[in-house]
Amino acid sequence: MSGVRVLVGTRKGAFVLTSDGKREARGWSVNGPHFAGWEIFHVKGSPAEPNRLYASQSSSWFGQVIQRSDDGGTTWEPVGNEFAYEGVPGTHQWYDGTPHPWEFARVWHLEPALDDPDTVYAGVEDAALFRSNDGGKSWQELAGLRGHGSGPHWQPGAGGMCLHTILLHPTDPRRIVIAISSAGAFRSDDAGKTWRPINRGLVSAQIPNPTAEVGHCVHRIAMHPSRPDVLFMQKHWDVMRSDDGGESWREVSGNLPCDFGFPIEVHAHEPETIYVVPIKSDSEHFPPDGKLRVYRSRTGGNEWEALTNGLPQRDCYVNVLRDAMAVDSLDPCGIYFGTTGGQVYASADGGDRWAPIVRDLPPVLSVEVQTLS
Amino acid sequence: MIRVVLPLHLRRLAQVDGELRLDVEGPATQRAVLDALEARHPTLLGTIRDHGTKRRRAYVRFFACGRDLSHESADAPLPEAVTSGAEPFVVLGALAGG
Repeated sequence: MSGVRVLVGTRKGAFVLTSDGKREARGWSVNGPHFAGWEIFHVKGSPAEPNRLYASQSSSWFGQVIQRSDDGGTTWEPVGNEFAYEGVPGTHQWYDGTPHPWEFARVWHLEPALDDPDTVYAGVEDAALFRSNDGGKSWQELAGLRGHGSGPHWQPGAGGMCLHTILLHPTDPRRIVIAISSAGAFRSDDAGKTWRPINRGLVSAQIPNPTAEVGHCVHRIAMHPSRPDVLFMQKHWDVMRSDDGGESWREVSGNLPCDFGFPIEVHAHEPETIYVVPIKSDSEHFPPDGKLRVYRSRTGGNEWEALTNGLPQRDCYVNVLRDAMAVDSLDPCGIYFGTTGGQVYASADGGDRWAPIVRDLPPVLSVEVQTLS
Repeated sequence: MIRVVLPLHLRRLAQVDGELRLDVEGPATQRAVLDALEARHPTLLGTIRDHGTKRRRAYVRFFACGRDLSHESADAPLPEAVTSGAEPFVVLGALAGG
């Protein structure tokens, strides 16, 4: 019988939420907290072996730990936590414009390879991409990203200079797309050896050169596996779309009430159906008018409809962070997102109706979903 | 034999309860104690001091005998009461406030 497993990272531990394929609001079990008291930036399962999970556990006091599970999150084992930049780390720009040495802070995102449970990528702060080929025991930097030329000009955003998005091409293992706040999007066509910026078409009025090659605050990029050249981006401002693997971008914010937000996701079976959660900014970072609304476009952008059924429509001032939305692959497609207020909402019908499946967790940092057969 | 007290988070990570008792070869210094601790519990590598530089992480402190030893040299001898096992070497997380 089919089921789903929702992997939730929070400010104070990880939680594993499970349900059968019906995904009824009362049918969920909550397991956790795992690693209680630690910040869990991300938990993700291997597409090749769903019981293999990786978790990024971190603490300002005690640094980074990577945990691995081989039984779907019931038990865990600490693996390698040494993330050493390749060679002389060099410098990026600091907030005051001066050169600042690259310093590892934490792992924001873990992306297991599509075909090998022992290969996993890690996006880290200060921005760099690492890969492990031994199940997380050891990590090697793909240093061509920082070294391609623009690295010394990257500058952190307020949340830190993090590499938060890693998209692996479903059929071409040489192609990897990543995104960094606040440098922009980058692409490799040789399995991570060399990289180039892919930010043409992005316009960020807040930076000195609004169309600069790097310096854009990309919040998230999503891709449907059936159309890997079509990329959807939630930027600091603007929802963007590329139809050529990131070579060029165009704005598709359309009728959104606010084009700021963090996550963006694509429906599992409809590659032109996408989801965002508009957030009021530049400085408030909560939903407009106190109404928590997911917006859905069935046209790949520009035309958006508010999804409100089951979501709080008054006095709601939570945020939804960049890695805190995911979809399952059941039919109908399930959509899930977590809030900084500790709720995880789910829709088992593509977004028409929502219900909280747990509502009093610590602030949610990330949500991933595994569809189990 | 040197007694070592770890904070809760690190005890959980190392899967130990209560105080640790370590045999340290040679002069008992912070470095020697932490080397012995990490050798017995490799999951603690990188959580108390940096992997490469071996410098103490910024928000970790070392206390013993009513003194803050955090800024002492890693190679300075530990107090006699610690080396004799009368007093523990305490690793703890700095106060967070809030």
